[in-house]
Amino acid sequence: MSDLIRDDGRKFDELRPIKIEAGVLERADGSAYLEVGGNKILVAVYGPRESYIRRLLEPNTGVIRCRYNMAPFSVDDRKRPGPDRRSSEISKITADALRPALMLENYPRSMIDIYIEVIEAEGGTRCAGITAASVALVDAGVPMKDIVVGCAAGKVYDEIVLDLSEKEDKEGQADVPIAMMPRTGEITLLQSDGDLTEEEFAKAIDLAMEGCRKVNEIQKEALMKKYAIE
Amino acid sequence: MIYVENKDLVIPGQILADDEYYSGRGTFKENGKVCSSLMGRVSLRNKKLRVIPLKSKYVPKKGDVVIGKINDVRFSMWDVDINSPYSGILPAFEVFGREKKELNKVYDVGDVLFLRVVDVDEIKKAKLGLKGRGMGKFKGGIIVDIAPTKVPRLIGKKGSMINMIKDKTNCKIVVGQNGLVWVKGDEDMEQLTREVIHLIEEEAHTSGLTNKIKNKLYLAIDGELPPEEVEEAEEEFVLEKPKLQDFKEELEQEEREAQEKKEKKDKPDIGEVIEEFKRKNKSKDGSLSLSDNSNNSFILNNK
Amino acid sequence: MEIVPEITRRSITNLVKNDKREDGRALDEYRDISIETNVISKAEGSARVKLGGTQVIVGIKPQLGSPFPDTPDLGVLMTNCEMLPMADPNFEPGPPSDDSIELARVVDRGIRESELVELDKLCVEEGKHVWMLFIDLHIIDNCGNLFDACELAVMAALKTTKLPVATIVDEEVVLSEDETFDLPINNELALCTFVKIGDKMIIDPSLTEEKVASARLNVGVTKDGHICSMQKGGKQPLTKDDILFAVNMAVTKTKELIEHL
Repeated sequence: MSDLIRDDGRKFDELRPIKIEAGVLERADGSAYLEVGGNKILVAVYGPRESYIRRLLEPNTGVIRCRYNMAPFSVDDRKRPGPDRRSSEISKITADALRPALMLENYPRSMIDIYIEVIEAEGGTRCAGITAASVALVDAGVPMKDIVVGCAAGKVYDEIVLDLSEKEDKEGQADVPIAMMPRTGEITLLQSDGDLTEEEFAKAIDLAMEGCRKVNEIQKEALMKKYAIE
Repeated sequence: MIYVENKDLVIPGQILADDEYYSGRGTFKENGKVCSSLMGRVSLRNKKLRVIPLKSKYVPKKGDVVIGKINDVRFSMWDVDINSPYSGILPAFEVFGREKKELNKVYDVGDVLFLRVVDVDEIKKAKLGLKGRGMGKFKGGIIVDIAPTKVPRLIGKKGSMINMIKDKTNCKIVVGQNGLVWVKGDEDMEQLTREVIHLIEEEAHTSGLTNKIKNKLYLAIDGELPPEEVEEAEEEFVLEKPKLQDFKEELEQEEREAQEKKEKKDKPDIGEVIEEFKRKNKSKDGSLSLSDNSNNSFILNNK
Repeated sequence: MEIVPEITRRSITNLVKNDKREDGRALDEYRDISIETNVISKAEGSARVKLGGTQVIVGIKPQLGSPFPDTPDLGVLMTNCEMLPMADPNFEPGPPSDDSIELARVVDRGIRESELVELDKLCVEEGKHVWMLFIDLHIIDNCGNLFDACELAVMAALKTTKLPVATIVDEEVVLSEDETFDLPINNELALCTFVKIGDKMIIDPSLTEEKVASARLNVGVTKDGHICSMQKGGKQPLTKDDILFAVNMAVTKTKELIEHL
């Protein structure tokens, strides 16, 4: 199995080339840019800030609001601007994936807005969005228990492989995106679609967690690079 | 066991030490480990670990001095933007006591004030006041906006940085703990000061910054480098929250003088005023009465 | 709307009165401009423009569609702009705001009225199939003067747009898989934006300058010096002299801007 070479020449447990940069925008409180494979993702964070949407606020802690959006030109056939059912779902699960790591007790009745823009999509944008959003949150100075990181594993041509490309996602049999907090190994996002045996699922989740740890190293490097003493 | 050194750059979730160390601000304890909750620099003192964040929003604390902008004028208070997730209010009685006055005649929307945080309630709303030296509305000058966490660096040890800038540029500078800085001086010097304040913000984490800023100021103003370097001891990385300098002493003096001048100009001769009253009141009902006249309080106030 | 501190309003106004600006520029000086093209491989044309701290990305996607009945042999241009909430703490998520629609339309007007895209060459079969170009502007960082940044981005992206060769086989459109042609462009243009502060017109306003300004003027000028679009904005009026001054300067500045393309 370890000899498997994939369409794009990767080994089964190999990530696509990945690049992360922290603090790329002027106006946002925190921001990050991420490229993985053909994905280009930009994330901006505003807050904690005052919000006028009273019904969203909580008396004892801060709340987060997430908006995942795909640019019309990010996909082969132009996507109509604005939210759709897919992007609304991803926005929600992204907020849920990030929330466990955030320590917002010191910011009651405040709001953090996380804006994820997919500039170009090539499979695995939700995980890439979470990975970039965490870096942007750190860049914004938001207190966190850990840096959440996302990565997917899946089943392609009956093999469990790491970090599916767009082509593999289309042709494959299953996709298991996860997000986790690397220090404790706790999982904050899990989806699975497609057909997997129990054994295959266990293998996929191990592989995805291993992928997360690798991506986490790149998150840390990006942050250190931005702020290290010259 | 400790895994980091003083001043190390750390990130959220990073394990700093085992159980025998204490967890201070910017850290938390989980499963017997002290971890960082922020991106920042480690401060280790007597087995107590803290992380000083690189960036952080200003959260109002009682006793802080801040610079705020009037966002709205209401019936008995001003709404004040204090560059924070939490807005402030300046109650009318903090300014007038029991006296009734029209609020917008005193401070209007867009005015910028130097204020003290009198109290913070359970939802972090800040009640503001003006008791203290030099508190009140700024006239002229510019506002420079920096990360609140960089305020200690801007001030420097015992005010070394800020005083050096003040001396060289001849600008008056007031620093609010919420990251807003007021600068007033010669127009070009104001702009130069803005530039160096932003430079300090950007390079807060580098060493030798006081000398770098000093060189920049001397080059910009005199066209040559300063005669001697600042002593290295002052280059210590500033972690502690500094005591803010005694602000605006000179400013206060200047304002007092201006006020006196104005009073001299505005204050009419008391004899004239009484004559005026007599004329006015006579024309009304022929009798002379000083009571119940609105102008009355005006005279008393000016005394 | 964010309230500008009174002392900021005053200091900006005083600076401009003395022919100075808070970032040290001259009144007729642009901030640094950088343009990158082909930044999105899935778009047929794309560009990213940085104008000082302002950043915009534009992607151009073609689609085959039916022509408008009154122009059966011409392709179609559609310009859309998203002022993303990411770009500015005061931008809200949701459908395009009035500002965003105005921005898209002003940018579009320059391209359309200068007739620099040869729309007749985008006709595949008269009356039936023409290329429709979707020009999508993504505002990612707003540090003032989105107009000029957007027009530069669109111009740069159009110049690098490649379309698949389309032919009619048995009354059906067949797209070539490897053969492309360059979008036919016969001119270039730039937009110069001015705001009025005190009684002076200044070019390429920063965010604070925009907030302090009493009025705005966009002037679109082609490479050969013809005015192809204008728009006056802002709450206060402009004098005829203000406008003529701006037009005159825009003609000079356009040459400078086009060199970046």
